[in-house]
Amino acid sequence: MSAPSNTILNLPDQSTAQLPRRNFINAEHGLLSWLFTSDHKRIAILYLISITFFFFIGGAFAGLIRLELLTPQPDLVSSDTYNKFFTMHGIIMIFLFLVPSVPATLGNFLIPMMIGARDLAFPKINLLSWYLYVIGGTLTLTALVLGGVDTGWTFTAPLSTHYLNTHVITTAFAIFVAGFSSVFTGLNFIVTIHRMRCPGMTWFRMPLFVWAHYAASILMVLGTPVLAIAMILIVLERLVGIGVFDPTKGGDPLLFQHLFWFYSHPAVYIMILPGMGVISEVVSTFSRKRIFGYTAVAFSSVAIALFGFFVWEHHMFIMGVSNYSALIFSLLTMLVAVPSAIKIFNWCFTLQMGSITFETPMLYAFGFMGLFTIGGLTGVFLGSLGMDIQLTETYFIVAHFHFVMVGGMLMAFLAGVHFWWPKMTGRMYPESLSKLAAVVTFIGFILTFMPQFVLGYLGMPRRYHAYPPEFQVLNVLSTAGATILGIGYLMPMIYLAWSLKYGAIAGNNPWQATGLEWQTQSPPLTENFTEIPIMDHEAYDYDWLEHKTADEVTHVA
Amino acid sequence: MGISPVLWQFLVKWLNASALFPREASTIAPYMDSLYFFLIAITLVGVFLVAALLVTFSIRYRKAVHPVATQVEGSTLLEATWTIIPLGLFLICFVWGALLYFRIYTPPANSSNIYIVGKQWMWKAEHPGGQHEINALHVPVGQPIQLTMISQDVFHSFSIPEFRIKREVIPGRYSTVWFEATTPGSYHLFCTQYCGTNHSAMIGTITALSPADYKKWTEQSTSGMSLAQNGERIFASMGCNACHSGNAAARGPNLAGVYGSRLRLTSGAEVLVNEAYLRDAILNPSQHVTSGYTPIMPTYQGQISEDGLIDLVEYLKNLNTNDRVQQTLTTSQSGQAAPQASGVVKP
Repeated sequence: MSAPSNTILNLPDQSTAQLPRRNFINAEHGLLSWLFTSDHKRIAILYLISITFFFFIGGAFAGLIRLELLTPQPDLVSSDTYNKFFTMHGIIMIFLFLVPSVPATLGNFLIPMMIGARDLAFPKINLLSWYLYVIGGTLTLTALVLGGVDTGWTFTAPLSTHYLNTHVITTAFAIFVAGFSSVFTGLNFIVTIHRMRCPGMTWFRMPLFVWAHYAASILMVLGTPVLAIAMILIVLERLVGIGVFDPTKGGDPLLFQHLFWFYSHPAVYIMILPGMGVISEVVSTFSRKRIFGYTAVAFSSVAIALFGFFVWEHHMFIMGVSNYSALIFSLLTMLVAVPSAIKIFNWCFTLQMGSITFETPMLYAFGFMGLFTIGGLTGVFLGSLGMDIQLTETYFIVAHFHFVMVGGMLMAFLAGVHFWWPKMTGRMYPESLSKLAAVVTFIGFILTFMPQFVLGYLGMPRRYHAYPPEFQVLNVLSTAGATILGIGYLMPMIYLAWSLKYGAIAGNNPWQATGLEWQTQSPPLTENFTEIPIMDHEAYDYDWLEHKTADEVTHVA
Repeated sequence: MGISPVLWQFLVKWLNASALFPREASTIAPYMDSLYFFLIAITLVGVFLVAALLVTFSIRYRKAVHPVATQVEGSTLLEATWTIIPLGLFLICFVWGALLYFRIYTPPANSSNIYIVGKQWMWKAEHPGGQHEINALHVPVGQPIQLTMISQDVFHSFSIPEFRIKREVIPGRYSTVWFEATTPGSYHLFCTQYCGTNHSAMIGTITALSPADYKKWTEQSTSGMSLAQNGERIFASMGCNACHSGNAAARGPNLAGVYGSRLRLTSGAEVLVNEAYLRDAILNPSQHVTSGYTPIMPTYQGQISEDGLIDLVEYLKNLNTNDRVQQTLTTSQSGQAAPQASGVVKP
């Protein structure tokens, strides 16, 4: 390493370096040793493989949707097929990719290591959670293979209960089961964070990644059962016609939307909060600085989780709810936007006086901050009552949601995967190729979704198979962007797989990061630590790390 | 609005010409657009601020220039700044948006009413004068129009982007929205709530006409029977007049002039009689028994279509005297054995 280097990368000498002889990957062999494992790291890898699989299926549907929308005429597929495309895209991406993405993979792998524990509190429930996820996923694929479902991911009653003849029951049941996998993950995290912190690991010494997951876990445990209720009611309504949502039997179709959004609004925070945790770790590490306003960032996660439960009605402003309740929900929506703003500014000011390097995770984190700012502020458009009338149910909402979920969450997920890849696999990914992928993703993303904001204000409704010809130019731009975006997502898939065998040996702490997970070997031992660490310093204490490294050198020598 | 009308006109013309911005064709549109531009301005300021911070810090504190980081804990002053300023801005958006919302969803007293029935996958418009339209709506400019809408099956949503209005059309419940068109022309009508197979074909054309042209159109396209006249026919054929005859000894309450009044129910509740109440009272009478009467009215759920209900509601709204009710009653009793009460009545 030359002295005025623009990187903090600190790899062992590649000619002599070797992966640790004993680690969680080679501790046991054979497929069964993976399928019956109770090691949180192995379960995280199982999750990583399965969510990547579903991500590419969901992505394929997105590609088909954009291909159809290249022309105003409904010419590529029939309307029913198109409706199935966007339904499957939504269901797979939300319930099988976004909700488990960061928590079930990175969170599962890292939370015990970050708080100095040997595993999660309930390792077997953790494995059960993965099996439930797989069952949910298989049921979804079954519904897909049998002919698909066309309710839209929102399952709006009475459309889903009385007017469709597709595989609604199978899909509803799939989501019901997958929901429990997320409840178990959340429950495991809450108990682990409360009970299994190592000596000295006080609440305010925990990495912000753990705080973010704690907040998201509360949402998972309290919100998901309501989704389960809504799904069961849909199934019962279809099977025996109990009439809860049927106006001719005295039911109220709006009730379904209340139940559904009571989960599905907090669900967007389930998706984004863990991503925010990743950004905190990445920004701190690559600017060599403690997060600016640690407590503010920690509490803003909790504030988002709390306020997040009381804003669901902003999905229903035009649906004939009382004007006065709309007023209250709009006000609460404005309040929930504030903690996100606090986080963004704290990350920005973490950079100030830092010593910044621009490795791939940092590029993704920058992408996150830019895109999430746009996503968040366009959310204020939708929370503002009058504006919502023009924008809701149009492409504006599609663009807003994708800016937050894809521009925000997916960027954060990729930042996290690149950041902890050396820890998980013991090998580095190819740096310049991955930087290229980050830039390609960013450009593709902007090109795909920016035109959709304009389309939305022009009034193009979402879920339209055909559209008036004057909207074509913007739709073509969007499809072109989606192509670039697709390439941007395929690249990491390929080079990360390549790096498993050919990547440089990473060593324990290639980024010189402070988290406890970096103070042990990569890939870690099955039991994480040979002896339980003692947390004798604050989180993100780079001086401590420097002294420790210096100590090690003198001691070994 | 704080922006000079000349500048506003220029801006709007330029944007309309570039096909990136919908035409302003209702009185609401300028209000909506000024809020839109305000929100865009906030977004641009926010994004540029974040981008400027990222770029400036990245250049000034990159490792080559600033090899050793200086640890800073945080700053309560800065935290307060970026809590309070965004909160203030968001609260402005809240108040502005709320004012706009109440403006869009509160029809003026002098608006004239048109009924809309949504069903998979078409829009039916019913003018009080008896003009029926499918996937089309003719309206005069310069006159506030209220739409009273209901769905026959699933959720739909009635959207006219160039008027900047939209409202969900709900099964089993009336919802309303109003607008006042300003420029003659034809505009898109979209269903924006996903409603099944042909969701994207549930579209139509709104034609805004000058008052003179509108008058011509109404005269040419009337079916000859107004909604109230249709309603009167249903009222007689379903035998409603047998009980609601207006006689002192009648088994049902007098309905003349009931619209707009306040009724006391047997449950003790006091209700305002509006379109929704009349519809509910026909479909679900046992829940809406006027004080002093017995719950003997059968339900008409499934026997009258939404169009028929609209006719009945429109009839009752305009019913000021019982003279004709009693007249039809006498005629039907002397002329025929019983009034027709066959299944679903489709006018």
